[in-house]
Amino acid sequence: MTSTDLPLPTYKPKDFASDQDVRWCPGCGDYAVLAAVRKTLPKVGRRKEDFVFVSGIGCAARFPYYMETYGLHSIHGRAPAFATGIKLANPNLDVWIVSGDGDLLSIGGNHTIHVMRRNVGVRILLLNNRIYGLTKGQYSPTSERGKVTKSTPMGSIDEPVNPLALALAAECTFVARCIDVDVKMLGPTMERAAGHAGCAFIEVYQDCNIFNHQAWFYASQKDTRPNNTVDLVHGEPLIFGENRDKGVMIVNGRPRAVTLGTGGVTEKDLLVHDETDRTLAFTLANMRSPELPEPLGVLYCNPDRPAYEQESCEQIRQAQQARPDADLATLVAGPDTWTVG
Amino acid sequence: MTSQAPEAPSTTSPTPVEAVAVRFAGDSGDGMQLAGGQFTSTTAVLGNDFSTFPDFPAEIRAPRGTTFGVSGFQVHFAARPIHTPGDAVDVLVAMNPAAFKTNVAEVRPGGMIIADEDEFTGVGLKKAGYGPDERPLADEVLASRFRIVTVPMTRIVREALAETGQSAKEIDRCRNMFALGLVCWMYDRPLTPTIDWLESYFGEKKKRPEIAAMNVTALKAGWAFGETTEAIPERYQVAAAELPPGLYRKINGNEAMVLGLAVAGAKADTQVSYCGYPITPASDLLHGLSALKQFGIQTFQAEDEIAAVAAAIGVSYAGGIGVTGTSGPGLALKGEALGLAVMLELPLVVVDVQRAGPATGMPTKTEQADLLQAMYGRSGEAPCVVLAAASPSDCFDTAIEAVRLAVRAMCPVIVLSDAGIANGAEPWQVPDVASIPPISIEHPLAEPDADEAFEPYLRDPETLARRWAIPGTPGLEHRLGGLEKDGTTGAVTYDGPNHQTMIAARAEKVARVAAVIPPIEVGGDAGADSLVVGWGGTRGAIVSATERLQRDGVPTAMVHLRHLNPMPPNLGEVLARYRNIIVPEINTGQLAMLLRAHYLVDARTVSVVQGRGFHVEELVEGIRNAIEEAGR
Repeated sequence: MTSTDLPLPTYKPKDFASDQDVRWCPGCGDYAVLAAVRKTLPKVGRRKEDFVFVSGIGCAARFPYYMETYGLHSIHGRAPAFATGIKLANPNLDVWIVSGDGDLLSIGGNHTIHVMRRNVGVRILLLNNRIYGLTKGQYSPTSERGKVTKSTPMGSIDEPVNPLALALAAECTFVARCIDVDVKMLGPTMERAAGHAGCAFIEVYQDCNIFNHQAWFYASQKDTRPNNTVDLVHGEPLIFGENRDKGVMIVNGRPRAVTLGTGGVTEKDLLVHDETDRTLAFTLANMRSPELPEPLGVLYCNPDRPAYEQESCEQIRQAQQARPDADLATLVAGPDTWTVG
Repeated sequence: MTSQAPEAPSTTSPTPVEAVAVRFAGDSGDGMQLAGGQFTSTTAVLGNDFSTFPDFPAEIRAPRGTTFGVSGFQVHFAARPIHTPGDAVDVLVAMNPAAFKTNVAEVRPGGMIIADEDEFTGVGLKKAGYGPDERPLADEVLASRFRIVTVPMTRIVREALAETGQSAKEIDRCRNMFALGLVCWMYDRPLTPTIDWLESYFGEKKKRPEIAAMNVTALKAGWAFGETTEAIPERYQVAAAELPPGLYRKINGNEAMVLGLAVAGAKADTQVSYCGYPITPASDLLHGLSALKQFGIQTFQAEDEIAAVAAAIGVSYAGGIGVTGTSGPGLALKGEALGLAVMLELPLVVVDVQRAGPATGMPTKTEQADLLQAMYGRSGEAPCVVLAAASPSDCFDTAIEAVRLAVRAMCPVIVLSDAGIANGAEPWQVPDVASIPPISIEHPLAEPDADEAFEPYLRDPETLARRWAIPGTPGLEHRLGGLEKDGTTGAVTYDGPNHQTMIAARAEKVARVAAVIPPIEVGGDAGADSLVVGWGGTRGAIVSATERLQRDGVPTAMVHLRHLNPMPPNLGEVLARYRNIIVPEINTGQLAMLLRAHYLVDARTVSVVQGRGFHVEELVEGIRNAIEEAGR
């Protein structure tokens, strides 16, 4: 089925570009993600024919059409379930789910939870623009309270879901966050996700410049990002700020933003990131601007839990090994037969 | 009461009878399914033809003694071929007043009722809803209509097991074996198969040899009760039926479906992945297949019905045989994904074990009301191949055919089963697996030096199926999806004429499956004026009814459809030969509607929708009436 014995060709980003014209609105954040993905895939050591991009419905879900790989544009919300089936049938495939916040967190919320808790070996790019784009501007499950849209003229009364906290609660084994335009972080994070055996989840702050322009500008712009986000580095203290003079420390069990040098606070007092610590990851996932910097990078990674499809296949292998004499005709006849005539 | 002399030569010599229907009825916790199942196995070994009807409530353990907690198991066995679990019950075993109350109407006049008299006390009667002065076992009207045999089952079992030191609860749980022992004595059935099973199940598998011993004691006590008392004056014998020679086993529809899918996978040399979500009465498909990992079968219990079908489509996309199974409400949930599978043109098998609906309806009861849902229950023009199994064992062949057609036509195949045949058992002549033809599957490889992009919707000129190129194949990278595709390049397009062309191609592809469907054969009196057209699990009842009608001098022909979409190529021509077309269905006329629409015939419906299979008697009556009405 696969040609793994052949030498791996050297790919360039354009090898992953399909002949389809990209039909996203000019200026859409999805372009940056598409470019980053095309740039990343040549680096992950897989053959082009082994990649499968799976999506649900929405603007982001058009993604597979623009990749010169195998692709499945499915139905609304169900991409994780299709991807699970693909991995079960062929664990060797490198399956990427790319979809939006409405698709993966609203109509498909259930499947997102279950693909994560099972630890199916897929990579999930959640392009979160906090709005329904394809249906022209209704509020989404990540829209903030009070959001005024066509369907919420008096403001949304829904509390938004926190994708990172949800992923952690769902036992996801790789949880990260990036910004669409920050290819420097997005690329390496995707490379890490590609090397992760189990379910890897990356939330991408993505700008919908038509229906929800600037939703993430507090975190994504050159002048806003330093003070409102913190880049996570495993083993390093949480330092942020334009002058890298701010940090996060735990006070009375809760994270608090502090300024280095003020009140005797030094780097040693700061919270040190440990991406193997799920409890810490929950704390980080709940840090929100403006009180605290929002974490970017890998919040949590547990490389040790085996992938679901591997365990499924392993059970079959064990059963076959234990019953080498399994015979179909014997099975069909069953244990209790009688003879007539 | 002691448990001596089981199976000793009996003092009374049995009276031969042709066919008998026995129903064990009791509380959900009384082990009636087990007693009935064991009685069936014993009957099978004696070479009778048989058909069973397990009838149980959806509630797992309803309050003890209530009418809604009654569980029944009917076994119809005969010295001749039979096709149904039997209309009326010859012998009812009623373990408590509730079982008596809910089942007495099913007993034929003159039939026997064996009741555990110890349960017919104040509390038991009250729980069953009898008034303070009602004594059903002593009721004169009932006594004149039936032969009521009262047996102190509880007391005898407690006495027989007093020395085991087990709790009253454990002891009382052996009452079902006492009842079984008594019925075995009555019908001259050996106890050995049941004893072997008890020792193997409780003794070896559950590591509870003391429980096995208790049950064996109770079983023998039941036999001894029949032998030593004169409570039941007569014994009966049902001789072996004349079945075609060969090796036989007992099988129910869900078991046969599981085996069929396993064999299909082997014949296709491709892994079957069954993706399901628990739902009555289809859960046994998931259970059965999950126990077949040694045959390379993969199962996946999804988070919901939609995920189950989506995963199955994912499996097929990646080159496996994706199968999902469900019942009516689940099929409704899968509808959108089925539309996608039609659009993707991937093979997929969807088993719908129909139950009484709509909504939750009566989940453990049977019905045939999902036919139109299977035909049309999707958005847009989304034709699927639709098959229906006619009997428990027919599920085996139908499952294999479903896989064969799905990969041939590259489209979803919906297989309709129902609660009646899924749980009902019959004897099955074990097929020769080696002689089942292989299922051919081809996955294309890239043409050497091909510089053209792969065209995923290029069609086979004969079948109109597109090629099944799978991820992992170098050079064939392509995108599939729910958006309409250009028929040549596979690119997304909203072009109107292309859409119409693709709709026609998808429909024609399904229609061309008829090329491999055998012509329908007319049974019964082919030269009659009236043709009975059936489909699915009602075949046994319809065959019995037409046989009865022939004997009564009402000439009747019959056809039974396995292929609902497309229908057999000669069906229109067959229908045209008959003046009266009569369609019995456990719905309000769904096949009749299809026949009227497709063939412009005046199809008349015989409809009984009561959560059970047809009784032969009512079907005879219904067909007779329909013929008369047509004549007016």
